[in-house]
Amino acid sequence: MSPQDDRPASPATDGDAPLSRREAKEAARQDEVRRENAAETAGGELPPPAVPPTATGLGGGTSPESTLLQRIMTGNALVAFLSVVLSLVLGGLLIAITDEDVARASSYFFSRPQDTLAAAWTAASSAYIALFQGSVFNFQGETFARMIYPLTQTLTVATPLICAGLGVALAFRAGLFNIGAQGQILIGATFAGWVGFTLHLPAGIHLLLVILAGMVGGAIWAGIVGLLKARTGAHEVILTIMFNYIAVNLVLYFLSTPAFQRPGSTNPISPQLDATALYPPLLGAGFRLHWGFVVAVLATFFVAWLLNRSTVGFELRAIGANSSAARTAGINVSKGYILAMAIAGALAGLAGVAQVSGTEKVLTSGVAASFGFDAITVALLGRSTPWGTFAAGILFGAFRAGGVTMQASTGTSIDIVLVVQSLIVLFIAAPPLVRALFRLPAPGASRAGKGGSTTRTPASTGAAA
Amino acid sequence: MSTATTEAPAHGARDGGDARVRSWKTPIILAVVALFSLLVFAIGAPANDVTFRLSEDGDAIVLPPLVVSAPVVGWIAALGMIALAVIAFLRTRSARKVPTWVPAVFAVLFLIAFLTWVVGSARTPNVALYGLLAGSVTLAVPLIFGSLSGILCERSGVVNIAIEGQLLFGAFAAAVAGSLSGNAFVGLFAAAVAGVLVSLVLAVFSIRYVVNQVIVGVVLNVLVSGLTGFLFSAVLTEDPERWNSPPRLPIIEIPLLSDLPVIGPILFEQTIVGYLMYVAVAVIYVELFHSRWGLRTRAVGEHPKAADTLGVNVNRVRFTNVLLAGVVAGIGGSFFTLVAVSGFGRDMTAGAGYIALAAMIFGRWNPIGAFFAALLFGFATNLSNVLSLLGTPVPDQFLRMLPYVVTVFAVAGLVGRSRAPGASGIPYIKG
Amino acid sequence: MKLELIGITKRFGSLVANDSIDLVVEPGQVHSLLGENGAGKSTLMNVLYGLYDPTEGEILVDDKPVTFKGPGDAMAAGIGMVHQHFMLVPVFTVAENVALGNEATKAGGMLDLQKTRTRIRQISDQYGFDVDPDAVVEDLPVGVQQRVEIIKALVRDAEVLILDEPTAVLTPKETDELLGIMGQLKADGKSIVFISHKLREVKAVSDVITVIRRGKVVGTADPDASTTELASLMVGRSVSLTLDKKPATPGEVTFRVRDLTVQAANGQRVVDGLSFEVAQGEILAIAGVQGNGQTELTEAIMGLQDHVTGSITLGGEELLGRSVKDVIRAGVGFVPEDRSVDGLVGTFSVADNLVLNRYDDDPFARGLSMSPAVIEKNAEEKIAEYDIRTQSASAAAGTLSGGNQQKVVMAREFSRPLELFIASQPTRGVDVGSIEFLHRRIVAERDGGTPVIIVSTELDEVLELADRIAVLYRGRLMGIVPGTASRDVLGLMMAGMAGDEALAQVHDVQGGNL
Repeated sequence: MSPQDDRPASPATDGDAPLSRREAKEAARQDEVRRENAAETAGGELPPPAVPPTATGLGGGTSPESTLLQRIMTGNALVAFLSVVLSLVLGGLLIAITDEDVARASSYFFSRPQDTLAAAWTAASSAYIALFQGSVFNFQGETFARMIYPLTQTLTVATPLICAGLGVALAFRAGLFNIGAQGQILIGATFAGWVGFTLHLPAGIHLLLVILAGMVGGAIWAGIVGLLKARTGAHEVILTIMFNYIAVNLVLYFLSTPAFQRPGSTNPISPQLDATALYPPLLGAGFRLHWGFVVAVLATFFVAWLLNRSTVGFELRAIGANSSAARTAGINVSKGYILAMAIAGALAGLAGVAQVSGTEKVLTSGVAASFGFDAITVALLGRSTPWGTFAAGILFGAFRAGGVTMQASTGTSIDIVLVVQSLIVLFIAAPPLVRALFRLPAPGASRAGKGGSTTRTPASTGAAA
Repeated sequence: MSTATTEAPAHGARDGGDARVRSWKTPIILAVVALFSLLVFAIGAPANDVTFRLSEDGDAIVLPPLVVSAPVVGWIAALGMIALAVIAFLRTRSARKVPTWVPAVFAVLFLIAFLTWVVGSARTPNVALYGLLAGSVTLAVPLIFGSLSGILCERSGVVNIAIEGQLLFGAFAAAVAGSLSGNAFVGLFAAAVAGVLVSLVLAVFSIRYVVNQVIVGVVLNVLVSGLTGFLFSAVLTEDPERWNSPPRLPIIEIPLLSDLPVIGPILFEQTIVGYLMYVAVAVIYVELFHSRWGLRTRAVGEHPKAADTLGVNVNRVRFTNVLLAGVVAGIGGSFFTLVAVSGFGRDMTAGAGYIALAAMIFGRWNPIGAFFAALLFGFATNLSNVLSLLGTPVPDQFLRMLPYVVTVFAVAGLVGRSRAPGASGIPYIKG
Repeated sequence: MKLELIGITKRFGSLVANDSIDLVVEPGQVHSLLGENGAGKSTLMNVLYGLYDPTEGEILVDDKPVTFKGPGDAMAAGIGMVHQHFMLVPVFTVAENVALGNEATKAGGMLDLQKTRTRIRQISDQYGFDVDPDAVVEDLPVGVQQRVEIIKALVRDAEVLILDEPTAVLTPKETDELLGIMGQLKADGKSIVFISHKLREVKAVSDVITVIRRGKVVGTADPDASTTELASLMVGRSVSLTLDKKPATPGEVTFRVRDLTVQAANGQRVVDGLSFEVAQGEILAIAGVQGNGQTELTEAIMGLQDHVTGSITLGGEELLGRSVKDVIRAGVGFVPEDRSVDGLVGTFSVADNLVLNRYDDDPFARGLSMSPAVIEKNAEEKIAEYDIRTQSASAAAGTLSGGNQQKVVMAREFSRPLELFIASQPTRGVDVGSIEFLHRRIVAERDGGTPVIIVSTELDEVLELADRIAVLYRGRLMGIVPGTASRDVLGLMMAGMAGDEALAQVHDVQGGNL
């Protein structure tokens, strides 16, 4: 491949060096300078690798700004906790002000304000209690099994979140913004589903093949993005967004063909997967929790080993932290991009398998729900570490599972979960905001710059002066 | 010493004799597409005539329908494309630039050939061209507003993934405010305010707290989707009469002009939102490239530090632009609830914000480019609607995919190259 | 305009960049700020230009105290600055760049670029700049870009012009032209603050020289002061400008480059038909003004460049077309010119950086699995051997000082048997103590029988290390001269004169003088 005819005079390269080298270097340099300065001003503490230098900016540019993950990684647990609390409080307020009893009570607010407040408290607290009962432990359960049923539901919902979240996190660590888990789940589920309802194989082999197909599907779908980025320098944020929509339409198309439809039906829904293609229930037929969760746990172990203990992980992290230095050290950056995306896609594909052969058992265009987008927030909350992502996946799984119960019992729309989830990620991304709201001291007086962000630093002193 | 030594080498100085590193990409792609067209649109052309109706029977000026033979059009267009591919080959072989008109004309020919072929292959090879075009513009209106919002942000160096959220919140606010006040114009105003609110969060987090802009954008979309979804079920569906039945914006026909065939309904039979769209494209284009504000915006987006050293307050310019983008996208959002249908629905923007983002990139961060890109995308969507009625060989999913596929090609540099503003996505930290 | 800085102190956290600096710039005077890299010169100027708030201290303009909230205030007060890294928007035209921030407008905020163009032509004519207002900046040569920067300041009626390391990117001839322009400006009554660490230039143009070391003014000097005097003032002790090294004993020639050409994406030949060889046990220095193809040359050898033709052989084996990894495995050690970008992963630990290109070799990894204990042990050894100042082996490399970062890179490269060693700008931004250490290590590697290539834009360094010197100009080899060649010869070659011609001319001049 070679550069475009009308490419401007800037010395862009191609082929193995996708991004204009100079742009990339300049970006990396700025990033390094900023980090060095941050390090100087912060008394030598330097955050571990984060969303890496190449992970922002659209189109031709690359740009370093690892702020969010840096923050998350350096931000202390208190900020994380307060972010969750704050988000829940805001969500509670939203529930309260839209509650009819509260509205009624507020009509005479000035004569009896306590009524309004009491109604608000009731509205919010009952919703959250329902959320808890639906996600962790049901006090009203008649048997122990019924009591812990909600927890198993949480784990069931968490399964695809963890798998896809791991994919997003792994790509982050390699410097890639993978917004495309949604599409990768869909394609993975399509591959897995097709194998599940078209081939009729003995138990064991069938499921293995289904899992493999799902991973291959996701890996291909994400791998194309990696390939395009490596070859042409196209920005993966745009590519993955576009691939999400292409995937939806592709699946809709497949579901309009006889190969995917139920015999005699033209509805966009596939036949049920063979029993041999399904994840067996983990705790017996009374629970929906299936062996996919165990796969998710194994996947977490695998990603943890891959990232932190393997040479592949070393390469990917090096590319993510400084692709220029990685390339100079003999690491094949293009290969790394493709590999990182393919592994990320395979993990998202596992999420697709969890859906199609765990919970849904049929293939529809909605099989991915919004797990692909939730996976981004999961990975962010999990600081892009494997076990952090695992924990975040369970938390958001709890929100989702509990949200269903909440909607059924108190009529509070499950959409509130989305609100709380996105607020958590926003707050965690901006610790200074949380600190300001709770009047916490900034960590280290020297950091007391504008908005607590990196203080004005001698960007040029390093090289000049 | 020679006179040439005033030039420091390796930077811009170009020896005349050096050949550019040749790129065969453009000619190869053109050739492949041309051959495909030859096979499908010419050799595989349906043997019948195709009718394009240009005006409605009741129109003031009635034009006779355009009837063409599908094979004739297919062959002419395919041969034309082959000729253009040959030109591209020759230019590349002699190491010269392929002029931009070559791919442009190529694209037009492809579009004509495709349209003729696809309509010709339908069960009823007869289509109302005026309706097809007018419908495209209508569908493109929110996309154009969205992409203008993206341009305002990115030209100043802030990546705006939150277009979807701005549109959705604008649509929601327009519905609610319009219903409560019973006045569509109040709804329009509220939509702009709602867009600004989303922008405000984007600006505060990405500029003041230097949070990664892509992340803020993605999360904001989730937030708005959740918030509007929650309020929709908690409030709007409880009493739709009160909360979710906004009046529609009236269509303003400009006398005489709106009677013009084909272009009349496109240009002169719009709601206020439609007219505002044209105004916004023109104003933003002129301002961006010819005003002081525009110069500063572009400077801040390309090289913020340079702007800073000249006394331009980088983050203030960015903040203002992001808020302005909220106004634009918010108005675009009102289209969904005040023009298209009367009332809000959960996640009703259905990814329009992402197509708008695509249009911005495909339009190369230029308001006019984005306008035409959005029109193309609107056209693709509308065509898929029309064709599903006519019965067609192309699955409508593929037409719906078109904007996304085209954008992938655009960012991958397979059709032209999109060069983003230099500092887009990079927060500016002073010092 | 008279400019006075009183007791300027600037701290970044615990780091004191400027420590109560006093400075007076009289009207019509060229006042040089001399100091090493990192001495605090640029920080001081950024304070003066309103980019940083001083922690303490005062700025007086014509004896009246002023505070600059931003560059806008500084410009309004008549201060202009030409930054070391040009502050030009590359995709803008000259006129747009000049207008920015100071736009002439018509009704409705519309730009009136015609006014700006007229002003540019006026200034351009007055000083003989020859700048086209409608040229796009990224297409202009560096020297012209610098003039655009000066025009930017003059359009804003600057009375004091700060030039921050303006000659770093210029050829000797362009430098002379710039010094001429400075003279003209001075004659027009403008004051100039000239920041440099190049003694000869400072001596050539200054009226007053202030020397800064470690953020403090350590003295003022007369332009007549001797070079060694200024140098010792600058680095704080009398420096021996020469390194004790034995004469080279070149062995077999194992590294050969033939007709090497590197093309940039726009077709420009950034390295043009280079041929040279390096023998075992000798140091070939590659000299030249920055941006004359040195970077591309070293990167081409490493396999980091595309569009390379010709031949590169090491021990008879062709390196061209091999992957970076293969080149490293073939025994090529490489210290890139920009260590923080290409040499280190700043967020990785020192230990990881010490195996950055050997992480998958035995014993650091077995198969896919890495061995952290071995990597840790390796790090402890290297830290001790190279005296790398770090809190621990697990500290992030980005937290180290420039010199220590460079030691990490060097330690890594020297930790395996080398067939060729290449170092680009081995001591850029490195403190004096480390420079000596690093130079000695390089010479030791040579004495061990490795062919060594040093790329440096600092003539001092070139002359200190080289056994032979190759000079690059616009990607072409101007010739290879012995390591004892004079500065004048090298200067002429760096400006594009062939080696033998330069030798002859210098010989003539010296002969004439005698």
